[in-house]
Formats: sequence, structure tokens, C-alpha cells
Amino acid sequence: MKATVTVMLKQGVLDPQGEAIRHALGALGFEGVEGVRQGKVIELDLADGTTEDAVKAMCDRLLANTVIESYRIDLK
Amino acid sequence: MKAAVVVFPGSNCDRDMAVALQQAGADVTMVWHKDATLPEGLDLVAVPGGFSFGDYLRCGAIAGQSPICRAVADHAVRGGFVLGVCNGFQVLTETHLLPGALMRNAGLKFICKTASLRVSSADTPFTARYDQDQLIRIPVAHHDGNYVADDVTLAKLRDNDQIAFTYVGNPNGSVHDIAGVISENRRVLGMMPHPERAVDAIHGSIDGQALFRSLIGQLADA
Repeated sequence: MKATVTVMLKQGVLDPQGEAIRHALGALGFEGVEGVRQGKVIELDLADGTTEDAVKAMCDRLLANTVIESYRIDLK
Repeated sequence: MKAAVVVFPGSNCDRDMAVALQQAGADVTMVWHKDATLPEGLDLVAVPGGFSFGDYLRCGAIAGQSPICRAVADHAVRGGFVLGVCNGFQVLTETHLLPGALMRNAGLKFICKTASLRVSSADTPFTARYDQDQLIRIPVAHHDGNYVADDVTLAKLRDNDQIAFTYVGNPNGSVHDIAGVISENRRVLGMMPHPERAVDAIHGSIDGQALFRSLIGQLADA
């Protein structure tokens, strides 16, 4: 089974990299980009039967820094 | 005073840290990240600057999970002194020995220059030999030094006088110009600027000496 973990800066935490991407898109002539936030995607290959709680513990302990980041887990 | 300097793969300020501590009179041992224990009778653990584990995932995140960091946390819980500089500060926030987090610099650039700092609290074992609000010159060299914390944490840091150093002319976007914070028990200090790079006339500043001498003086008095 696979888990896809998406880690994003929490709402309200200024994302300077997202802001730089927004500026660059504007400079390329793309209009109407009102906000960009950059995060990361982590794919985990997991032994069958691994629980979502186990993946959540991985996120809390290592994959995300919950002081500034939030995460979403998609299990397949 | 017995000090240990932790070495991770990618640390690059470990030997400078050892020299600065030795110059101030400490007996220094280097410890490897895979070591599960610290030397006996240790007073201070220094977590140096560098790019531990290539800054993979987040700066300091992988280092924070290494065996030695569990020993460092135990040492801190026992009331031992811990100094984290630059990547070391990032490791201390990742292990929650210090509050907050260090994000990418607001200007997105790696900053390498001498910064002006204010000693915002001279009431710590690390800063006792500075004057309150003294201005000092200490080098910074980082890409992720933008200190962030939520409002509750910031209020607590202010109320408990835990903001040790602030920037004069904020280089990286840190909230409240914070350059260094100390734990509630005043034994764990983390700072982005490099005091170990300002301890010899050849460095262009000797303003970092007082930090190492404060600590060692504190321990000698104890």
C-alpha cells in the first residue's frame, strides 16, 4: 500500500517561496494568480496493514514540523 | 568545565566551536551523532552550525532524530547547559528543546555577513558578561534563519525574558527581530549568529568571547 503525505505551511504562516513563485508567474505574463503556496509531497511505500494512525505518528514525529506545517494523508 | 561538541555528517562549525570553548577554558570532547551517550560529568553540550544531513527534509530535522540527540535532550532535562548555533539552533527547535521554528529567510537568499545584535537579556548564564542592551557584532551565515512562533509563544518568550539576542537591522524576517532564544530554565540557548566566529582578533570581532566566558565563569562560580 502507499501513503501520500502532503505537507504545507500552515495558513497564516507567510510563505516567502510561494510569494516568489507568484511574482515569477506574473513576470512571465500569467495574469490572475492571486496566491501561491509551496509545500512538499512525500510518498511512502508501506507494508499492508499499516494504519493511518501509524502514518500520522510519522508525520507528527518527523515528516512535518507541526509548529509551522500542516499535513494531509492519502492512503491507497 | 567539561563540554562536548556534537558532530553530524555535514556539520562544519564543530571545530571552530571546540576552539572557542577551549580558548575560554573548557575541556572539550567531540561526540559523533551515532553515539547514544554523552561523556560523564558533562556541563555543556554544543550543537554546532553546518548542514547536517544535507538539510534534507527540513534543516535539523534528521539530526534531531539521531541517537545523540536523545542524550542531549536527557542532558537538558537534567538541567545541563546546551548551546545551539545556526544549524544547532534549528536542531534544538526541531527537537522541541526550544520553542518556535526557523523558516527560509524572507528575502530567500543565503545571508553571509556580520550582523549587529542587541543583547536583549544579559540575565542568562550565556550573556552575563555582556551589558543589558549592549550592541555586538557577530557573523551570520544561513538560508533558514527566519524565526517564527505563534503569538502565545511569543508572549511567553517576552514575559519570561527568554529573548536573548535581537538583530539591529533584521536580515532575515525573524519575528520581533529575534536572533536567539533561551529556554524557560535558562540553560538551553539557541541562536542563528555564530559567536564562535568572533573570538579572535583575526576574525574581525571578538564580541563572541564574552558568551563563552560567561558560561565558563558561571560554572566556575557554581
